Amino acid sequence: MPEPLSSDGAISPAGAGGAMDLAMAEGASLEKAPGGPQGTGPAGRPRSLWSDAWRDLRRNPVFIISGLIIVFLVVISLWPSLIASGDPLQADLDDAQKGSGPGHPFGYDPQGRDVYTRVVHGTRTSVTVGVCATLGVALLGSVLGGLAGFFGGWWDSVLSRITDVFFGIPVVLGGLVFLSVVTSSTVWPVVGFIVLLGWPQIARIARGSVITAKQNDYVQAARALGASNSRMMLRHITPNAVAPVIVVATIALGTYIALEATLSYLGVGLKPPAVSWGIDISDASPYIRNAPHMLLWPAGALAVTVLAFIMLGDAVRDALDPKLR
Amino acid sequence: MLLEVRDLHVEFHTREGVAKAVNGVNYSVAEGETLAVLGESGSGKSVTAQAVMGILDMPPGKISGGEILFKDRDLLKLKPEERRRVRGQEMAMIFQDALSSLNPVMTVGEQLGEMFTVHRGMSRKDARTRSVELMDRVRIPAAKERVGNYPHQFSGGMRQRIMIAMAMALEPSLIIADEPTTALDVTVQAQVMDLLAELQRELNMGLILITHDLGVVADVADKIAVMYAGRIVETSPVHDIYQAPAHPYTKGLLRSIPRLDRKGRELYAIRGLPPNLLHIPPGCAFHPRCPMAQDVCRTDVPPLYRVSDGRRSACHFWKETLDAR
Amino acid sequence: MRADHSGGRKHAREEGEAAATQLATARAGTAYANGDPILEVRDLVKHYPLTQGVLFKKQVGAVKAVDGVSFDLSAGETLGIVGESGCGKSTVARMLVHLERPTAGAIRYKGEDITRLSGRALKAVRRNIQMVFQDPYTSLNPRMTVGDIIGEPYEIHPEVAPKGERRRKVQDLLDVVGLNPEYINRYPHQFSGGQRQRIGIARGLALNPEIIVADEPVSALDVSVQAQVINLLDSLQSEFGLSFVFIAHDLSIVRHISDRVGVMYLGRIVEIGTDEQIYEHPTHPYTQALLSAVPVPDPMARESRERIILHGDVPSPANPPSGCRFRTRCWKAQERCALEVPLLAVPAAFRLAPGPASHDSACHFAEEKHVVASREERDTPRGEGRGPEIEAPGTAVRKRPPHDPEAQGDIQP
Repeated sequence: MPEPLSSDGAISPAGAGGAMDLAMAEGASLEKAPGGPQGTGPAGRPRSLWSDAWRDLRRNPVFIISGLIIVFLVVISLWPSLIASGDPLQADLDDAQKGSGPGHPFGYDPQGRDVYTRVVHGTRTSVTVGVCATLGVALLGSVLGGLAGFFGGWWDSVLSRITDVFFGIPVVLGGLVFLSVVTSSTVWPVVGFIVLLGWPQIARIARGSVITAKQNDYVQAARALGASNSRMMLRHITPNAVAPVIVVATIALGTYIALEATLSYLGVGLKPPAVSWGIDISDASPYIRNAPHMLLWPAGALAVTVLAFIMLGDAVRDALDPKLR
Repeated sequence: MLLEVRDLHVEFHTREGVAKAVNGVNYSVAEGETLAVLGESGSGKSVTAQAVMGILDMPPGKISGGEILFKDRDLLKLKPEERRRVRGQEMAMIFQDALSSLNPVMTVGEQLGEMFTVHRGMSRKDARTRSVELMDRVRIPAAKERVGNYPHQFSGGMRQRIMIAMAMALEPSLIIADEPTTALDVTVQAQVMDLLAELQRELNMGLILITHDLGVVADVADKIAVMYAGRIVETSPVHDIYQAPAHPYTKGLLRSIPRLDRKGRELYAIRGLPPNLLHIPPGCAFHPRCPMAQDVCRTDVPPLYRVSDGRRSACHFWKETLDAR
Repeated sequence: MRADHSGGRKHAREEGEAAATQLATARAGTAYANGDPILEVRDLVKHYPLTQGVLFKKQVGAVKAVDGVSFDLSAGETLGIVGESGCGKSTVARMLVHLERPTAGAIRYKGEDITRLSGRALKAVRRNIQMVFQDPYTSLNPRMTVGDIIGEPYEIHPEVAPKGERRRKVQDLLDVVGLNPEYINRYPHQFSGGQRQRIGIARGLALNPEIIVADEPVSALDVSVQAQVINLLDSLQSEFGLSFVFIAHDLSIVRHISDRVGVMYLGRIVEIGTDEQIYEHPTHPYTQALLSAVPVPDPMARESRERIILHGDVPSPANPPSGCRFRTRCWKAQERCALEVPLLAVPAAFRLAPGPASHDSACHFAEEKHVVASREERDTPRGEGRGPEIEAPGTAVRKRPPHDPEAQGDIQP
C-alpha cells in the first residue's frame, strides 16, 4: 500500500496532507465495504497483522525466491547425502586442481578433493553457524536490550555504554585475537565469538523498539488496569516490538555466514578438517589464475546464501512495516 | 477572479483500488477575499489545495480532469518550470505543522533570506535586513536578535508566525492556509488568525482557509465552501450559512458542535461515518447519513442547485432543508 | 447534579471508609450518594527532574508540570479540567489513575490516600478508577482482538467475572457502547477512529468503575463523530452512575459535558466553579482571556464580540514566574502579583456578596467580566432547530444507541 493511505493522521507538510485527508478512506474501508479489499475473508475470519504480513509475503517474488533457496539450503545441510554421496574429506592428489569431469561437475580442489561434495557439505557449516549465532544473538540481545528498554534506569545506562564499547571493536581484528588461541575444529568457538560481538546490535534495536512500544497508550491502559510487568511485557510489548528484531536478525544471519567464511579464510575460524566455504576459498585463492573453478563454486555458494537471507530480511521488513517502504 | 477551480477531479491509485478524493470541485477566490473550505478528514479539502498549489504527490495522486485558472492561466497546462515560478512568487501555502515545515538545521533568518536571494536576486546582507523587517511585521519580539535562531528555539505560535512571514515574503496574491491554527492553543490561535487577517487586508491577497473548525470560519471568512466526499455540497456567503444552512450535512455539523455560550442538552449527532473514498455511495454521497434522504438521493447525484445569489446547495431537498428549522 | 449534602454526608463518609478498607471486595459505590466527594485531591505536585550527565546523573532542575492542585470530585458529577498544552492537565489525569506517582500531595479515594499504595491494594483501587485515552490509534493493542482487549480487565482481575461469563460480558459491553457484539473477533485496525474510541470506552467500563478519567477523549475525532462519542459518554454516566474527570482543551465541549469546571495554567488551577460560574461569570483574567479567544461559530458575533488577545507565550514550567504565574501575560499585573502567590479561594471582593461570581479564583484583582455573550442577548437563529420538529429518525435523543449504523460500521461479510 502506498504511503499516503497508510498513515493514519500524522501530518507533515508537503506530501502527507493528502494522507491525512485520505486516512479515513482506509479507516472506513471495512465498514463501508462489505467483503471489500480490507474486509474479511470468504470465511469471515478476522485478520491479524501477522496474517496480513503473511499475505503480503506470499505475493512477494523476492520472498518466494529467497525462501525457496533457504529451504533448499536447510534441507541439504541436514541431509547432504541427498545430492552428494561422496566423502568431502576423501583426497587424491592425482586429481588436484582438475576441472569438471563425469561425476565431478565442479572439479577437484588443490588437495584433490571433490569440490561439489565439499560445497554441498559446507552448507551445513554455514547454516549451522548462521542459525546458531543468530539465535544466540537474538536471544541474548533482545532479553538484555528489552529489559533495559522496559526498566530504564542504571541498567539501561550501563548497557548503553557496554554496547558502545562493543561497537568499537573491529570484528575481524577481534576474531583474529580471540579465535587464534582456540584449537577446536568445531563451529562452536566461531558461534560463541559472533554471539559475543553481535548481541549489542540486537540489544540496541530491541531496546529502541521496546521503548517505542512502551510509550503506546495501550501499554499505559494495561498498567492502569493493574497489569503486572510480565503481562505488559509478554502481552503488549513483545508482540509489538519483535518485528524489527526479526528483520535485523534475518539480515544479520546472512552477514554471520559471511563472517564465518571470512574468519575461516583468515585461518582463525573453522580449522581443517572441518568443511567450510571459507576454508575452501582460502585454499583455492593461490591458484585463482590456473584453476578458478576451485574458488568460484564455494564463493558462489556463499554469495547466494548470504544474499538469500538478506533478501528474506528485506521482504519480511516490508511485510511487517509497510511504512518503511 | 484571482483563482478559479473548475470541475477538478483528483484520484489516488492504491493497491485497494482507485480512491476518488476530489470529484468535480468548483470554487473561486477574488483579491482580498477569504474563502473557507470546510470539511472533515477525507473530504478532499486538502487534496484540492495541494492540486492548486501543485504539490500533490503524483503518483499515487492523479489529476484526472478540470482546470485551475489562476489569473486567467490554466495552471495545469503550464510547464513545470513556470509552475514553480508561480508557486514561489504568486501563491504560497501555510501548513498546520510549522516545526516540520521549517528546515531544522537552518536559522530562520537564512530560511527567510533565501526567499529573497533565490527569487529576487538580493545580496545576503540585504536579504537579512528584509528578513528582520518581515519578522517585525509578523510581530516576533526582538526580531533583530532572534533572526539567527533555529526553528526549535521558537514556540509553536512563533514558528507559525515565521511560516506566515515566509509565505508573505514575496507578497503573493494568493495564500492557502491548511489548518494553520489547529495545532496551536486557543489564546495563540487568536493571535495568529488576527495576524493573518491583517496581513491579508494590507496586501489585498486572496486567502483560502482550509479548516474543520466552524468557529474559525465564522470569525474570518467571507464565503464558505463545505466539502463532503470530494465534492462541494454547499457554498455560501458566510452569514447566510450560519443563519440557515441549505444542505443537511452543513446543518448537521452546525448542530453537532457544543456551544460555549449555552449549556446544551444532548448533542445532535450525524449518524454514521464519512464514506470510504474507494466506495463512494451512489447518488448523493451523504444519503446514508442523511435524515432527509429519499429514493432519488440514492440514485441521482444532486447538482449544485442555485439557492440565491452566491448560494448553492447540492441537495435535492435544499428548499425543505432551508424551511425545516 | 450536585445533591444537597448537609445531612447524610458524615454518615456516608463513615460507610465509605468502611468500604475502603475492604476495597478488594465488591464495588462500594452505592454507599456514596451523589454529591459526596468520592475523590479529594490535595496539593498535588509532580516535578520531573532535569538531569545532566551520562552515567552519573545529576539533577539540575525540575519541570514543575503540576504544582499544587487541589479539587474534589463528587459522586456522579463531571468535573471538567481545561487548559492549554503544557498546563499539566494530562499529568493530573495520569496521576489520578496511578500512571504517574505524584512528587507530593494526596489523592484520597473515599477518604483513603491512594498515592502511596502498591501491590494488591493498588490493584483493588485501580478497579474503581479507569481511564479513556486520547488517541484511539495508539490506545488499542494492534495485535489483540477486540474481545481480548475488552476482556483483558477480567484476566487481570479474575475475581470480577468467572471465565465462562467473560465472553458474554465483553459482548454486553460492545452492545453498551453501540458496537455490534459480533465484532468480538476483529482487530482494531478494522475500525474507524470513532469506533476505536468506543472500544477504549468499553475497556474502561469493563471493571464497573466508579470514576472514569477521560483525557481528551474526542479531540482526535472528526467533528461529526465527536458528538456521537460525547453523547455516548453522557448516556453512560447516567446509566452507570459514573463520576467523570473530563480533561480537554476545547472549552465548548467541556461546558457541554461538565457540572463543574477547573481552569489550569502552568501547573495550577486558577479558577474552579460550576459551569455557569466559570463561563458566564469568570473572575480570573486567564479564564476570561481563554473564553474570549474561543472562536464562536456565529459570524454575527464577529464584530460585537470583545476579544482579549493575550501577548506572548506560556512560560516554561521549568522556570515559572514568581508570585502569580499568569502575571507575565496579564494586563492587570502589578507589583503585588510578582511577590505574592494568589490563593485559590473566593476572592475578598465577592466573599460577602453571594452570587455566581462568588467562587474560587486565584487572582489578587479578581473581577467579574462577561466575555461569553449570554443566550438572551444573542439567540439568533442558526443551523439549530428549535425543538424537536426536525428530529429526524435515527438522529439524537436516544439514550443508548442501539446499533447505530455509524457504530456498526457494517463490516459484516
